[in-house]
Amino acid sequence: MVKKWLEKCYVGLIFFLLYAPILILIVCSFNASKSRTVWGGFTLHWYTDLLQDAEVMAAVQTSLALTTTSAVVATVLGTLACIGMAAMSQRKQQAVMTLTNIPMLNADIVTGIAIMLLFVRFGTLGYLSMLAAHITLGVPYVILNVMPKLQQTSKSIYEAALDLGASPGHAFLRVVLPDILPGILSGFLLAFTISLDDFVVTYFTKGAGINTISTMIYQQVRRGINPEMYALSTILFLTVLLVLWVVNRISAKQVRETRV
Amino acid sequence: MRKPWRWMNRKKQAFLSGPYLVWAVGFIVLPLLMVLYYGLTNADGGFTLENILAIGDSIHLQALWQSILIALGSTVISLVVAYPLAYILSKKQGERSGVIILMFILPMWINFLLRVMALQMILSNTGILNAILSFFGLPAQHLLYTRTAILIGMTYDYLPFMILPIYNAMCKIDRNLIDAAADLGAGNLLIFRKVVLPLSMPGVISGILMVFIPSISEFAIADILGGSKILLIGNVIEQEFTTTNDWNLGSGLSVVLMIFIFVSMAILNKNDAEGEGQMLW
Amino acid sequence: MKMTRIGLPAALLLTVLLTGCGGGISTSSENTLVVFNYGDYIDMETIEMFEEETGIQVEYEQYVTPEDMYTKYKSGGIAYDLICTSDYMIEKLIREGEALTIDTDSMEYYDNLDETYLEFCRSFDSDNAYAVPYFWGTVGICYNTEMVEEEVTSWEILWDETYANQIIMENSMRDAFLVPLKFLGYSLNTVADLELREAQTLLMEQKELVMAYLVDESRDAMIAGDAALAVIYSGDATAAMESNEALDYVVPEEGSNIWFDCWMIPASCTHKENAQKFIDFMNREDIAAMNFEYVYYGTPNAAVYESLDEETKADYTIFPDEEILEKCEVYQYLGEEAESLYNQLWKELKAY
Repeated sequence: MVKKWLEKCYVGLIFFLLYAPILILIVCSFNASKSRTVWGGFTLHWYTDLLQDAEVMAAVQTSLALTTTSAVVATVLGTLACIGMAAMSQRKQQAVMTLTNIPMLNADIVTGIAIMLLFVRFGTLGYLSMLAAHITLGVPYVILNVMPKLQQTSKSIYEAALDLGASPGHAFLRVVLPDILPGILSGFLLAFTISLDDFVVTYFTKGAGINTISTMIYQQVRRGINPEMYALSTILFLTVLLVLWVVNRISAKQVRETRV
Repeated sequence: MRKPWRWMNRKKQAFLSGPYLVWAVGFIVLPLLMVLYYGLTNADGGFTLENILAIGDSIHLQALWQSILIALGSTVISLVVAYPLAYILSKKQGERSGVIILMFILPMWINFLLRVMALQMILSNTGILNAILSFFGLPAQHLLYTRTAILIGMTYDYLPFMILPIYNAMCKIDRNLIDAAADLGAGNLLIFRKVVLPLSMPGVISGILMVFIPSISEFAIADILGGSKILLIGNVIEQEFTTTNDWNLGSGLSVVLMIFIFVSMAILNKNDAEGEGQMLW
Repeated sequence: MKMTRIGLPAALLLTVLLTGCGGGISTSSENTLVVFNYGDYIDMETIEMFEEETGIQVEYEQYVTPEDMYTKYKSGGIAYDLICTSDYMIEKLIREGEALTIDTDSMEYYDNLDETYLEFCRSFDSDNAYAVPYFWGTVGICYNTEMVEEEVTSWEILWDETYANQIIMENSMRDAFLVPLKFLGYSLNTVADLELREAQTLLMEQKELVMAYLVDESRDAMIAGDAALAVIYSGDATAAMESNEALDYVVPEEGSNIWFDCWMIPASCTHKENAQKFIDFMNREDIAAMNFEYVYYGTPNAAVYESLDEETKADYTIFPDEEILEKCEVYQYLGEEAESLYNQLWKELKAY
């Protein structure tokens, strides 16, 4: 099967290209030389330095706190909005969806600048302005993931639950929520990823002395990256990889068991 | 969009959208009005159209043109690379499909600036690519700080955004349809043209949106991989805000960029009248 | 949507990632100091020492070019207490009434500063009332002796086609324009329309040969051997020369720019007392020495200079000969009109 083989090669090649730069970062994290071009021998000291570097740890904390908080708030806001929208007339729904699409369709630089202008005028730049910006970025992803699920939810089962004497709230929790939960979770994941990877919006809305991983790296791009950053990325990458692998094993097992 | 339906008292339920609507007005509408306000006023606060019309300035036109070229370039390359990939992957759906999607999202968890730095290490004059080339006795390539480098960087960064929606759309295609077409005697090519291609179009359209929009306004990649030799519209806007300190001009150009994007989207969506409209993922 | 299978792993993943990570947002207390400085321009340990000794919490922000700093400061989004920036920018801020006077009499270590450099600083701060010098240096050419056979003496080499795609230019407006201005024999503080346009024409011609316009990245690129020539600040040159022996640095014979980076207290300052303490702390001999070791630019601190060994004192990169310094000019603020002409010319250079 030449065709099969070709297909495999193609997929393999794309994966390789996608991961080659990441591989380089991982290799750099073990390079004793600070220079990008010289191999100075194997070392782990960027990892130990990393844990003691207060500046880096502060940025990591800010990033994680910001990303988590914004993703959680965005998920709650977005999910509630979807449920609310389901009760609206078609035209109102369309209007809200158009509004929701704006931050997605708008260039990041415009979104960032717009929120910066707002805060410069009516407040100060700081943690809150970053948080507001990140939530705004995340909500559309939640809505776009939850809305389709909500529309697919079967009305009759819910009504059956009501007929059997469940209160609307209870029926919602037991019938509707499980149906839309995957949408909520993937929306949350996307909001989280978008927030974690964002640089542009954070760059414009950040306050003094606060750095996320992104903005800290941007400052270092100019002076030469501190290899601790490579170590940090490696840790982050491997953690994600490991967790995904374990979870995948568990869920694959579950799938097999349910089939039996 | 389907018919709305509800679980509780209609008014009460619609009320649940309240927090989000307040939020949207405060952090989507209001900020954009601020941009519009700055864009339509001069430094003294008087009304002017100068900042909007400044796009006609040959420097800005040139920058916009460069941005369009590079954004189109990276969109087309991503599409060409991603489409066959998504097609191949969608054929082997099954237990592993979740993992495959994750494999494409995973690189996004590494900060994109670091990934771009890694590309810099690959492309530089003394970089990895040239080391490999010289190992095989091939002439060294001057790639870093060229337009090609920016194109490579953007394509690399946004490729997953093209793969995912196309893959999702293809997975939704009913296998029975393809089987039926085959039963009726359609060849592989015909099946592809008559079934797969049209049904994957919504995915293609959202992929195009997801790559084109960020790449037309990008400035960090152009800075790092382009050595500041190529001025994109994103760089112009960024510099008006961070270096030249002309927020009015920066806002005016932002408004133009926004209108430009929305008009392109409208045209694209018109061609996709039957599509689900808002399916970006 | 095929995201269903992702949802579960993701949720679990996040729980794992986030356990052990609390809020992480530092609450700002009253006793703080917001400092704004060039990137990587201080030994962070000295800040920690300052915090320990005084109990003042420092919020440290960094920027790349003086223009970036000015814009960020002017936006008013953040109330900075203390800024370290360059000569002409300080002059601009003084003129705009954005600088507060510094009470140098009350400072314990102000006398450590060398009178020669305070004299230089009077060119932009006539009574030494607003600025306290931190470091000084020159702009010159760093070149790789393995790639450039000839001896570099003039700015002219930056237009030599042999080095096409091997030249790095400064990505900072005035530092880029100083090269053709000095080459043409003009003052780098000229506001003459014709002279500036002539300089721009030369830069446009040169763009064909330029590999990239960089600021701080040029140091790494020179170390790696990516380029043959770079217009660079003296301190970056020293750092590069330490890592790559083939590199050398020269201040071209036509003259160049001598610059001073100073501490100044902006009008937005809300902790003036703390800012003064910080400046004084920076002048203390041990602290100034630590920062000199780290930054490796010329120090205006006489106490530190005296303590250096002969070899360092003789380092022509950090401490150039007097005859070279005589040909160097300090930047002056050029006024709004010339500034917008500069902006326009710079943008044109980048766009075409």
